[in-house]
Amino acid sequence: MNEAERMVELIPRLRRYARALVGDRAAADDLVQDTLERAWAKLHLYRRGTDLRAWLFTVMHNVHVNKVRAARPTDPLDDGMPELALRAPQGDALVVRDLDRSISRLPEEQRSVLLLVTLEDMSYDEVARTLGIPIGTVMSRLSRAREKLRAMMLGVPAPAKLKVVK
Amino acid sequence: MSDDNVTDSELQAYADARLAGERARAVEAWLASRPDDAERVQSYRRLGEELRRAYDPVLDEPLPAWLGGPRTSRRRWHLVARVASWFVLGAALGAIGGWYVRDSRTVSASRGDAATVMAYRAAVAHAVYSPEVRHPVEVGADQEAHLVAWLSKRLGTPLRAPKLDSVGYSLVGGRLLPGDSGPVAHFMYQSDKGSRITLYVRSDMSGNRETAFRYAREGNVGVFYWIDNKIGYAISSSDLTKDALFAVANTAYQQLNPP
Repeated sequence: MNEAERMVELIPRLRRYARALVGDRAAADDLVQDTLERAWAKLHLYRRGTDLRAWLFTVMHNVHVNKVRAARPTDPLDDGMPELALRAPQGDALVVRDLDRSISRLPEEQRSVLLLVTLEDMSYDEVARTLGIPIGTVMSRLSRAREKLRAMMLGVPAPAKLKVVK
Repeated sequence: MSDDNVTDSELQAYADARLAGERARAVEAWLASRPDDAERVQSYRRLGEELRRAYDPVLDEPLPAWLGGPRTSRRRWHLVARVASWFVLGAALGAIGGWYVRDSRTVSASRGDAATVMAYRAAVAHAVYSPEVRHPVEVGADQEAHLVAWLSKRLGTPLRAPKLDSVGYSLVGGRLLPGDSGPVAHFMYQSDKGSRITLYVRSDMSGNRETAFRYAREGNVGVFYWIDNKIGYAISSSDLTKDALFAVANTAYQQLNPP
């Protein structure tokens, strides 16, 4: 299997990470498209036999960082994001929307670490290499992300508990 | 085995089930007497589960139509560049869905095709020569006729240095470079503000038929490039945005490859 075929196989995972990272479905797909184009143009820099997944996620990280720099600053607390088109069970719908909004309130550097660990199940070492940061920084950003989310989520009444009323 | 120096990093790793044997038992013991911290670790695990539950469905979504279609809301020039790049990407990825004609050229999927390699070399040449203060070129624009005649003879095909004054760039001069299989012509232009762009021309692209206008980025150097009639061209800049470089590249393109 050559690199092009392996890249195709990895597209769904790139989409999943982009969706969680960026929130907006269209922007996420834009990010994946730009990532693939850039990866393709720079494929001569990829060393065969090394981890293609990590390389692709590194490309995506760089593309994303450049886009964020180029974009006009927006209010990070802006809730005007389109709803995620997920088929969540009725009782969990509130939780999903809150989760999505909550992670969008994390600083981007914390969000990316959290998502690479929880969604991609990357080792802390792989995350460090993908994002170009020391492993200690990976651990502290992961810790802060989780603590921040925990604080945010604790403020939300869990819908399941409302069913207790008889 | 001490359990009194459990670090936060270890708690994170424990939550992720990545802590090995002895340290995992130490953390477990440490948490046994600290219900608040135990609850914290549990909440980290639940968070992971919720994230996966929320986003894993994306893995099963069919790849959407965007993977081959143009975006009508984008400006036309962007469409051209994107269509061009999709030719290469689509040919290599086996044209997943999409509306474009399957490309009949063979594209070397493993190392990028010849045009992409040319763009890379052009970017390197730009990075090497554009910062030169004293010797940016070998023959100056004051001897333009001689420069063009010399490079044309070496490349074995008539060349010209396009006029880029309309987009703010004037010719500084040029030099001859070695390519991987023959000579390359290199022209340098400069703006009033000292910004430089370079034009890289090679004439031995006989195995490669035409490509549409393409854009690539190598580090901080942006390159617009194309192959026409066995000649490859690449226009590079390290300080122009893609939009701005497009205006310059398009001007050159119109002069070098008139319809």
